[in-house]
Amino acid sequence: MPSTEKLLTMYTKMLLSRRFEEKAGQAYGLKKIQGFCHLYIGQEAVVVGINEALKPTDWVMTGYRDHVHPLVRGADAGMLMAELYGRDTGYSKGKGGSMHFFDVEHGFYGGYGIVGGQIPLAAGMAFASKYRNEDRVTVCSFGDAAANQGALHETFNMAVKWKLPVLYVVEQNKYGMGTDIARVSSIPDIHKRAPGWGIRGESVDGQDVVAVYEKVKELTEWIRAGNGPVLLEAYTYRFRGHSMSDAATYRTKNEVEEEKQRDPILTLKKLLLSKKGITEEKLEAIDEAQKALVEKAMAFADASPLPPDEAIWTDGLVEEGEADVKPRERVLGATDVKWPEHPTDFKVTWDLEPRQTPAASGKKKGAE
Amino acid sequence: MAELAYRDALNQALAEEMERDPRVFLMGEEVARYDGAYKVSKGLLDRFGSARVVDAPISELGFGGLGVGAAMAGLRPIIEMMTWNFAILAMDQIVNSAAKVRHMSGGQLRCPIVFRGPNGAGGRLSSQHSQALEANYAHFPGLKVIAPGTPADAKGLLKSAIRDENPVIFMEAELLYGLKGEVPEGEYVIPIGKADVKRPGSDVTLITWSRMLTAQVLPAAEQLAQSGIDVEVIDLRTIKPFDHEAVAASVKKTNRVVIVEEGWGYAGFGGHIVDFIQRELFDDLDAPVIRVHGLDVNMSYAANHEPLIQPSVARIVDAVNKVLYR
Repeated sequence: MPSTEKLLTMYTKMLLSRRFEEKAGQAYGLKKIQGFCHLYIGQEAVVVGINEALKPTDWVMTGYRDHVHPLVRGADAGMLMAELYGRDTGYSKGKGGSMHFFDVEHGFYGGYGIVGGQIPLAAGMAFASKYRNEDRVTVCSFGDAAANQGALHETFNMAVKWKLPVLYVVEQNKYGMGTDIARVSSIPDIHKRAPGWGIRGESVDGQDVVAVYEKVKELTEWIRAGNGPVLLEAYTYRFRGHSMSDAATYRTKNEVEEEKQRDPILTLKKLLLSKKGITEEKLEAIDEAQKALVEKAMAFADASPLPPDEAIWTDGLVEEGEADVKPRERVLGATDVKWPEHPTDFKVTWDLEPRQTPAASGKKKGAE
Repeated sequence: MAELAYRDALNQALAEEMERDPRVFLMGEEVARYDGAYKVSKGLLDRFGSARVVDAPISELGFGGLGVGAAMAGLRPIIEMMTWNFAILAMDQIVNSAAKVRHMSGGQLRCPIVFRGPNGAGGRLSSQHSQALEANYAHFPGLKVIAPGTPADAKGLLKSAIRDENPVIFMEAELLYGLKGEVPEGEYVIPIGKADVKRPGSDVTLITWSRMLTAQVLPAAEQLAQSGIDVEVIDLRTIKPFDHEAVAASVKKTNRVVIVEEGWGYAGFGGHIVDFIQRELFDDLDAPVIRVHGLDVNMSYAANHEPLIQPSVARIVDAVNKVLYR
């Protein structure tokens, strides 16, 4: 069991996520946010449990339901909200919007809008870590429906074969947009497919932040030890529709109400109240603080300018000598931005495919 | 200067760049133990080891995307596609990830990666294996597209592609791999986006790239020379960005243009060059620009069909005569 202090951190971040998404939903209703907007409400224990088990140097990426992944890693809430608004002060200068959050400073390598598209990318990032002999795990989240993409099959095959340090997390929320995963899947429990790839497959109650945290701690240690990738299926539930335009009529009210009884924030609250020194008032104060934080974030976004028209021409091709953009430095003038400096001079010691048999080590190559 | 085959010039570029920069690695089907389906990567596994010359499973989308992720994380992947026909499977990762990640991240990330392999007809391979696809990639912002036609250009441009900070589509040709030519040794780098006058002339400008240069355009120019027509041959070498200045300089000199491309005419890249010429050089033209291109049909296997579908010396000569009103 994590310390009470750790539990409080989790509680704070889950509430921050919840309040941020509620605010985003409101702003969408006010047409301050437009286009697609996929809320994470109901699934907070997954992201927070994972995040608390990771090192700051680990890398994280996900699909388009990506608002809270950077938020819990330490991204600036105002700049995230500004990105949702399409403002110049957003992490991607207002060019990416809801589906394309990036915060490289905090190891968040993106929200991707093509279902499952991030799965091979994460293997590549893990490949780079292993190639440079770095102690780092890449965590790649995706929804249950992404597991039916060919990219996943192709990637798992390579990731296992090359023992890449990557944790794949299925945020199993039962629906790919409006389609029950069981309607379109021969094996709807994704982790049960693991033996087919020879990947270690695990599952966890994604509504229990402590369970997620402990499971991810265990699995990342196993990955760091060089054992290769893991597929973790976190059973969770989104309380809202797929996106803001989805009334979610494909689910019964009963089902949603039942799932809301398992609200991960309430579960953690109950646990916290059983701890010495934790009172309703203290937890209430945490909630108030998060509400204030997202109010401030919204005010920041409201006060932010649109990107200049001429900005459409930047961030296409990298010009010679052009540096990468550090968002907090650019927007807030932050001087404490820690940016990943990838080495350019090193020795590659990894033997990805050792020659084991005498026959294979011979000089003679196969016929053309 | 050594005389090298196109494949060996590419091999030299790969070896030199891998020697120069430990971030560079080569991944693709059959690139390591088999020495490459077309022997472009011959000897590289022994020299650089199995993490830098990686035999991938037949999963173009998977290892294409893996390369993009590795580039985002600070490496310099070279992803070999056994042919560009197969790269169609990887198009999502090339187009939706590689070409967009700098944009989507607002400039936080870059994607220095080279996708390379043979493009165009290979000789009696029918429709799925005989496609010149450069126009497809030229369409997308965020990509550079290169298609060299000689061994020296192949070496100099591949080195530039590997050093570039952006995703580069590098298109070779199966029928070029055996082509020999003089190739400068060691540090020989050709800037991306610069065309080359492969044959100076004064009567008509022939614009082309990749295999058509040596296969059809230069032979056509020779034949035309015998009837007193002095053709200038511009080899674009880079499709995107293409060298507007070189095209303009030649058009201003000859006032007549024929564009020769292996790919299909419909929405083909030649149409884009014509667009530039008619807008910027309208007053310099003495005749409408004519395009000679692959016929808009799927490639046939039959021995008589294949040359009919591709641009030929005869069709080029005919087009040149037309722009000369002969």
